[in-house]
Amino acid sequence: MNSIILKTAVKYLFPVLVLFSLFLLIRGHYEPGGGFVGGLVAASSVILYLITEGVEKTKRLMKFEPVYYVAGGLAISLLSGLVPVILGMPLLTGTWSNIEAPVLGKLGTPLVFDIGVYFLVLGVSTKIVISLAEED
Amino acid sequence: MILLLSILAGILVSAGIFLILRRSLVKIILGFALLTHAANLIIFTSGKITPGKAAFIKKGSESLSEPFADPVPQALILTAIVISFGITAFALVLFKKAYKATGSDDIDDYNTTDSIKHNI
Amino acid sequence: MDFLISLPVILPLFSAILCVFLRDYVKAQKTINFVTASLLLVISFTIGHFVYHDDIIVLNSGNWSAPFGIVLVADLFASSMLMVSNLVYFAVVFYTLNNIDKEREKLYFYPLLNTLMMGVNGAFLTGDIFNLYVWFEVMLISSFVLITIGGEKSQLEGAIKYVTLNLISSFFFLTGVGFLYGLTGTLNMADLSVQISNSEPSVLIDTVSLLFLAAFGIKSAVFPLFFWLPASYHTPPVVVSAIFAGLLTKVGVYSLIRVFTLIFTQNTSFTSDILVVIAGFTMITGVLGAAAQNDIRRILSFHIVSQIGYMIMGLGLNTALALTGSIFYILHHIIVKTNLFLVGGLVDKVKGSFALPKLGGVYKAYPFFGVLFLISALSLAGIPPLSGFWAKFTIAKAGVDISAYFIVGVALLTGILTLFSMMKIWNEAFWKEQPADCVQVIKVTKKDLVLSVLPVVLLASVTVLIGVFAGSVFEYAEKVTAGLTDSTNYINAVLRRISE
Repeated sequence: MNSIILKTAVKYLFPVLVLFSLFLLIRGHYEPGGGFVGGLVAASSVILYLITEGVEKTKRLMKFEPVYYVAGGLAISLLSGLVPVILGMPLLTGTWSNIEAPVLGKLGTPLVFDIGVYFLVLGVSTKIVISLAEED
Repeated sequence: MILLLSILAGILVSAGIFLILRRSLVKIILGFALLTHAANLIIFTSGKITPGKAAFIKKGSESLSEPFADPVPQALILTAIVISFGITAFALVLFKKAYKATGSDDIDDYNTTDSIKHNI
Repeated sequence: MDFLISLPVILPLFSAILCVFLRDYVKAQKTINFVTASLLLVISFTIGHFVYHDDIIVLNSGNWSAPFGIVLVADLFASSMLMVSNLVYFAVVFYTLNNIDKEREKLYFYPLLNTLMMGVNGAFLTGDIFNLYVWFEVMLISSFVLITIGGEKSQLEGAIKYVTLNLISSFFFLTGVGFLYGLTGTLNMADLSVQISNSEPSVLIDTVSLLFLAAFGIKSAVFPLFFWLPASYHTPPVVVSAIFAGLLTKVGVYSLIRVFTLIFTQNTSFTSDILVVIAGFTMITGVLGAAAQNDIRRILSFHIVSQIGYMIMGLGLNTALALTGSIFYILHHIIVKTNLFLVGGLVDKVKGSFALPKLGGVYKAYPFFGVLFLISALSLAGIPPLSGFWAKFTIAKAGVDISAYFIVGVALLTGILTLFSMMKIWNEAFWKEQPADCVQVIKVTKKDLVLSVLPVVLLASVTVLIGVFAGSVFEYAEKVTAGLTDSTNYINAVLRRISE
């Protein structure tokens, strides 16, 4: 699409949306938010970029193919679920460390799981949109 | 409120089924979208509605205090929405591909594989 | 120990992830897939061993105890299904080694096989009704893609019917889960069983049970909801058809049996009448549909439908013996049906067609294929001493015991017609001379042939073994049934109650 207004807006919106998606991801640790919403917001920023700049540029922006984001996200989530097993607890148990990180709060496997979900959702949504956009 | 939502779910189901019974591919997809919304609404309604109270633990307290909304139906609906989102996207692409392959939007033209003479 | 039962789910997921990353290295994917399938086989038999000798294994995922968290439960029924499914999966993966085209391999064929298996195993193991829905969807989405990759016109046509009808079934399932949660406030199957048996019988519960019957009925392809199956199963490559034929509908039957022996046990006279009628129609329409067909895969697809009828009949007759027969039937059917599809693949490999009028002379050229086909086909038709005979015999005996002569008559008639269909394939594909204008010169290397035949031999010998050791398999099935008809053990294990 060739619209100056949208193009200029996306230029400034894109970083803001990505930052907002990260905010949502981290906020989900204690309050409403989380990897799923964060991933969707990140995906929508990529989709906005795609609408203005086209498929080729978006692919370059993503660096890797969306499928790798999906697989990577799944791998991160799966590993976070396996950590408690190593510590002798049932699968997927929320395991917390005692480290208090700034901003994040207590570190634990739920955050890692959410990061995995974030990438998974980002990958799936962009994959769908890119393959639909490529068809035309 | 519950009555209203139930009637709405009923309307959605009937509209969805009506659309699925049409012969056009696009209408089938729209029918699905309505059906999944209806299913989600049914889960939501049958999970007892508690308006205006979120299912979150307030700052400083240890557990939920009455009255609070039941979080389980919301979790179920979220999962169902995600699944139906994925499936609708897949169905869209599939139906588009099928449309390109056969050149027809009419389901009646999709019966060659059912014929006994197929492949012979 | 309880971690063990999460492996049939985790391992395929892990393997799928690896295969996606190794997308451009087909050989590596093949190796990973084969190793995963072998590991799954070993793990499922280990689970089966523990469950048989010790007790039900329960895993509270996330350390949330039932009924609040999602539990994975391996009881005898689940573990028996696990063992057979993973055995079949192993054989199919073995067959896949050199029977799938390069193009499909690059289109994420192996990751999809793995996620399909993850869904199947998850559906067997889960103890939570909503989680069952999720596993069904995992399985369905993988199968949707598997049936369409390659994108041939016939595949797309078949897939549209397959996708549409299965989505309607998902809608029924989801609605049923919603009502069930509204009625009881729980999703854990063991807890549901307790809650529903403690509540007053009501029309609403019966309605919900029928919603589940419709949902699982579509997935297991019973009359009048089976039309998606013969319309689509003959379109994808034969490995895909084989694994679908063996596993997907049987997951539906598994869920039917699970739900109607554990949760909706209050008003069984109501549901079992419906089930028996459905079973009769399913058997007879399936087998008559097959009689009209001229394509090996289509004949076999219609036979899946008619065989599902026997399993439903066993559930509908609602006696311990009938249920034992049902379970015996499922275990035998998964193996035999997959094997028949694989034999069909072998015929296509050497003769280049599935269409009976174009085929002929397979027995003359490859007598061994004929033997392999006959073992599976006669077993399917129920000729002693093969596995199918004992399964059919048990169900028929159960029917006679409660004087349900009509349905037994239908079952026996179906058996004869099944034999007719199998003999039709035998006569047309194996025995008669191939029409001269249809002869194609197809070169098959010896190594290729041996690798393709080995998994078929494996499954055929298991069929024979089930027939020979029918006594022990029957005892096993009886034990499984005992766990189903008296679900206190299951409930106590899941809800961590101490049994008196």
